[in-house]
Amino acid sequence: MPNNYDDIIEKLDNNQLWDFPGGVFPAERKTLSNQTPIGKLPIPERLFVTVKQHIGVEGHLIVEVGQKVLKGQALTKSMNPFAVPIHAPTSGEVAAIQKHVSAHPSGLPEMTVEIISDQQDKWIQLNPLIDYQSQPKIKVLAAICDAGISGMGGAGFPTHIKSSPKKDVDFLIINGIECEPYITSDDRLMREHAWQIRQGIDVLCHLLKPKQVLIGIENNKPEAIEAMQVACRENPNYRICSVPTKYPAGGEKQLIQVLTNREVPAKGLPMDVGIIMHNVGTCFAISDAVFSGKPLISRVVTVTGEAVEKPSNLWALIGSPVAHLLAHSDYNPKLQKQPNVIMGGPMMGFNVINDKVPVIKTTNCILAPTDTEISSNNEQACIRCSACADACPVSLLPQQLFWHSKAKELDKAQDYNLFDCIECGACAYVCPSEIPLVHYYRIAKSEIRVEQEEKQKSDKARERFEKREARLIAEQHARDEKHRLAAEARKQAMESKGNNAKDKIAAALARAKAKKQAVNIEEETSVSKADLANDVIEAAAPNETTEASATQPTTKVASSNQRVQAAIARAKAKKAAAEAATSNVEVEVPSEVEVEVEVEVEKNNDKVSESIKTETQSKNQSVNAKEPAPHAAKPEPLKPESASSESVSEVTATKTATIAASKKARIAAAVAKAKAKREAQKAAETEQTSKEAPLAEVEDPKTDSSQEPVKTQEQQIDMKKRKIAAAVAKAKAKKAAEKADKSS
Amino acid sequence: MKFRLASSPHQHIRRDTGQVMRLVILAMIPGVLLQTWFFGWGTVIQIGLAVVTAVVTEAAILELRKRDFERALKDYSAVLTAMLLAVSIPPFAPWWVVVIGTFFAICIVKQLYGGLGFNVFNPAMAAYVMLLVSFPVQMTQWLPPVNLAQYSHNFMDALQAVFTGFSVEGFSLAQLKTGIDGVTMATPLDTVKTSLSQGFTYSETIERPIFDSVIPGLGVASSWISLGYLIGGLYLLKQKVINWHIPTSMLAALFICALIMSLVDSDLYPSSIFHLFNGSIIIGAFFIATDPVSASTTNKGRIIFGAAIGIWVYLIREWGGYPDAIAFAVLIMNMAVPLIDYYTRPRTYGHTSTKRKTKNKAQS
Repeated sequence: MPNNYDDIIEKLDNNQLWDFPGGVFPAERKTLSNQTPIGKLPIPERLFVTVKQHIGVEGHLIVEVGQKVLKGQALTKSMNPFAVPIHAPTSGEVAAIQKHVSAHPSGLPEMTVEIISDQQDKWIQLNPLIDYQSQPKIKVLAAICDAGISGMGGAGFPTHIKSSPKKDVDFLIINGIECEPYITSDDRLMREHAWQIRQGIDVLCHLLKPKQVLIGIENNKPEAIEAMQVACRENPNYRICSVPTKYPAGGEKQLIQVLTNREVPAKGLPMDVGIIMHNVGTCFAISDAVFSGKPLISRVVTVTGEAVEKPSNLWALIGSPVAHLLAHSDYNPKLQKQPNVIMGGPMMGFNVINDKVPVIKTTNCILAPTDTEISSNNEQACIRCSACADACPVSLLPQQLFWHSKAKELDKAQDYNLFDCIECGACAYVCPSEIPLVHYYRIAKSEIRVEQEEKQKSDKARERFEKREARLIAEQHARDEKHRLAAEARKQAMESKGNNAKDKIAAALARAKAKKQAVNIEEETSVSKADLANDVIEAAAPNETTEASATQPTTKVASSNQRVQAAIARAKAKKAAAEAATSNVEVEVPSEVEVEVEVEVEKNNDKVSESIKTETQSKNQSVNAKEPAPHAAKPEPLKPESASSESVSEVTATKTATIAASKKARIAAAVAKAKAKREAQKAAETEQTSKEAPLAEVEDPKTDSSQEPVKTQEQQIDMKKRKIAAAVAKAKAKKAAEKADKSS
Repeated sequence: MKFRLASSPHQHIRRDTGQVMRLVILAMIPGVLLQTWFFGWGTVIQIGLAVVTAVVTEAAILELRKRDFERALKDYSAVLTAMLLAVSIPPFAPWWVVVIGTFFAICIVKQLYGGLGFNVFNPAMAAYVMLLVSFPVQMTQWLPPVNLAQYSHNFMDALQAVFTGFSVEGFSLAQLKTGIDGVTMATPLDTVKTSLSQGFTYSETIERPIFDSVIPGLGVASSWISLGYLIGGLYLLKQKVINWHIPTSMLAALFICALIMSLVDSDLYPSSIFHLFNGSIIIGAFFIATDPVSASTTNKGRIIFGAAIGIWVYLIREWGGYPDAIAFAVLIMNMAVPLIDYYTRPRTYGHTSTKRKTKNKAQS
C-alpha cells in the first residue's frame, strides 16, 4: 500500500511534505488582528443561544421561560449520540425560547434560548474529571459530550463521536492551519494557550491511541509554531509540521493530503484512511472540559476588517450578538456603502443578515471589510480559461460544473462530481469573469437535494401504491377463486343429478358394447399373471423399471361380499387418486401402493353376479406418476390390464354403473377411465402433452357423460387439478365408451 | 441594521477578463512591430481596419441581442480577435478583405454561437480560412520583406494600396511584390513548396535570398517576426495568462514530425527549425491555439490538443494543398475539443478513477 505509515514518517522526518493540487494565494491580512492578545468582552445584556449549533440533532430543552440559570448550566439534554447539549454562557434568566435569526447563510430563524444576563456571571458547580487517565474512556467521552463540544474549525461535528473510532488510528492531526485570510483566532490561541491545547491533545491521545500526532500549522504563523513546539517538547510523539501557506491547506482533506499524501475516499471519512483530525480550538475546549469541568460557552473570535477601527481577537460568549462584538471593536459602517458583515473568512464566510445574529460554536471570525477589500458583483461570460480548474484543490473542472449548474443539467453536474466540491471558493477567487461559481454550485447542490428528497417521497408513495394494488389484486383473485370453486361445486352437483339420464344411455351403450366384447375379455381373463403385469408395465411406464406384482384375478361368486368389496375398492381408489394427485408434482415419491380392485360383474337378467377380484400390487408408485407417452398407451385402450394397473386412478365405479354394466363393458369403461385419468395427469403435468392428440377430444364439453359421474364429498374439496383430471377422465371414458360401442 | 448579502468568496483576484485580453494584446506588440518593420505599414492599416470593424460589429450585434454592449466591449475580446486576423492577412490586401473577414469572425463565428465563451471555433482562424478559400488571390499576395523589395513604400503608399490597389507613385500590387532580383517574391513556405515540386532540393532552395539569415532555413522576415511573438508568448506564460501545455506540445509535435522526416530524406523534407520559425507557427502556438474559449480546458486535453495541431500542421504543410496550415489545424482540433475534454477529466480527490463515476451513475 502506498502511503503506509512508515513511509510517511520517513518523509516527515526529512521535513518533507506533500502538496495538494491547485490552491490560491489571497492576501493574508492577518496582521490586522494578530498583533494584540486575545481581549475580554463585557458580558452582553442579552445572549441568544441557538439550540442546534452542530451537525447532528438538537437536544430537548430542559429549561423554561423565566427560569434562573447559572453559568455553565445545560439548557438541553438528549440521549441521542449525535446531540450535544448547549449551556448557559452566563448566569441570568431565560427571557424567551423562540425563533431567532441564526448564524447561517440563510439567516433563517431557528429555535433559540434568549438569556438576560444578571451580570453576576455565577458558575454552576463544576465537576472536573480528575486523573482522566485512570478513568474509563466512556467517562472521558461523556465529559466531552456533556461539555457540548463540537468541532470548532468549521463543520461542527460532535467531538465525542469523532473521538471514539472503531478502528486503529495512525495519525491524529491537529489542525492549526487557519488558511483563510484575516482570521487569527487559532493563531492567537496557540500563541497564548499552547499548553492547554497540548493537554487537550493528551486527552485525545488517551482516547484514540494514535501512532503519531501531527500538528499542522501554516508557516505564516512562526510564533504559534514556536509556542506549540515548546508545549509539545516533552512528547516526541507530537510532531509540529510547518505547512506552506496556500489556501485552502486548512481544509480537512487538503491537510491530510499535505501531511500524509492519503486521500479520504469520496463520501468517506478521514477515519477510513486511519486519520482523525481535530481543530486546535476543539483541543482547547476538551482540556477545559476535562480538567476544569467547564462546558463550551465561549470561544475566540477574530473581529477584523478595515471597517473596524480596533481589529483584534476576543473571548466571546456563545450567543453574543454580532453587534456586541462589533461595538467593542469600533465598527464604522460609514466605511461601507452598505453595511456588510461576514461571519467567517472572506473565502468561505457568509454575510450575516443583521447584527443580531449570535456567535455560535463554529464562529471564528467577524469580518467587516471596506468596499475596496471585497469584490463587486460584476459577472461576465465564462471564457473557459480554466483558471478555476488550475485553482481547484480537489481537481474538479469548475468551468464544466458551472456550465451544467447554470443550465440546470443536474445529472451532468453530478457526473462531474459536483458533490466533491468543498466550496473553498478558490475557483471563484481566480475567475477573471468574476463568476460567483460557488454560488452556482450551492444552488445546484440544494436543487439536487430537493430533487432527491422528492424522489424519495415519490418512491415511497409509489411503493405504497404498488403494494396496495398487489393486495387488491390478490384479494380479487382470492374472491374469484372462491366463486369459481363454489360455482364448480354447484355445477358438479347439478351434473350428478341431471346427467343421470345421459348416464343411463351411456351405460346402456356400454353394456351393449360390453356384450360384444365379452368373448374377448373371457379370453383375456385367462391370460397369465405375468402377461397382465407386463402389460401393466408397458402401458404405464414402458421405459421405467417398474416393479409390479402380478395381478391376481380371482373370480368368485359372492354376492354378499360384493358391496363390502366395492366399498373397499372405492376407498382405495380414492386414496390412490389422492396420492396420484400429489405425485403429479413430485414424481418420485417412493410409496407402495396396494390397490385392490374388485370388479363386479353381474348378469343383466338373473342378477347372478360374478365378481372378479383383481388385486393389483404395484410396488412402484411411478406407475402413476411417471406416465408413459400418450401414444404408448393409446393403441390399446380397451385392454383390461390397463384398468388394473390404473386402479390407482379413479376406479371409483359407482354401484349403479357396476350393476348396469356387464363385466366386459365395465372393464372397458375402467380401462377407458384409467387411460383418461392418466392422460389427464399428463395434461396437468405438462402443457406440451396437453396439446397432443389424446386431450384434443376433451375440448368438447359434451364428452363428460361417463360411467362414473358420482362425486363424493371428498372429491369436491379436492384440488383444482384433480377436478380437471376428473373432467378429462370423464371425457376419455366417454370416448372409450363410444369406441367400445363402435367395436361392438 | 440591514446588511448586504453576497455569496462567498468575498475576495477576488485583481484580474478580470478585460485585463487578460489586454495582456494578450500587449504581448502581441513585439511581433506586430517586427511585422511592420519587415512588411511596412500595411500591417498597421489592416489592424486598424479590423479593430474598427470588430468593435462596430460587436456593438451592433450586442445591441440587436439586447445585451449591454458597453460592458462587453470592455472585455477587449473583439479587439484581440481583430488583431489576430489582421496580422494573418497580407499587409496590402484590399480593405474589403479584412472587413469581410472581421465581420465574419465576430458576427458569424462568435456572436451567432452565443457570444464570448460560446463559440466553438476560433473566430480569427475561421475567418482566415473563409477568406483564404473565398479570395485565394488577395489572401496570398505577401510582399517581400522591405529590405528585399525592389520598391520601397511608406505609410501613404500602404494606405493607398490597401484602398485602391496602387501605391502613391502608381505602382501596382504586382510591382510592389517584385523582389530585389526582379522576381516576384513568395513566402518562405511557398518558396520551398514550389521549388521542391520543381525538382530542387531543400538545401538548394534555402540558398535563395529570402532565406538570407544566420541560421540556415530561416526566412529573413518570418524568423524575426516569430521571435517577436515568441517573446510575447513567453511573457504570457510568465503572467499565467496561458498554460504551457498547448504551445509546448504543439511545437514539440511539429518538431518531432519534421525531425523524423528530415532524417528520412533531408533533401525532400525541410528541417525542424525551418518548420518552427517559418510561417505562423509561433503566433499560432502562443496566441491562436491557446484561445481559451475554443481550446481544450483540461491539462491532459491541452497536451493532446496542442500535439494534434502540430501533427496536422505538418501533414498539411508537407502533403496538403496549402503552404501553411495553422488555421486548418486549429479548426479541425476545435471540433474535437468536447471529445478531448470529456475523456481527459482529471481524477477528482478521493476518487480512484474517472471511471468510477459512470459506475456510480449506473447504480443510481
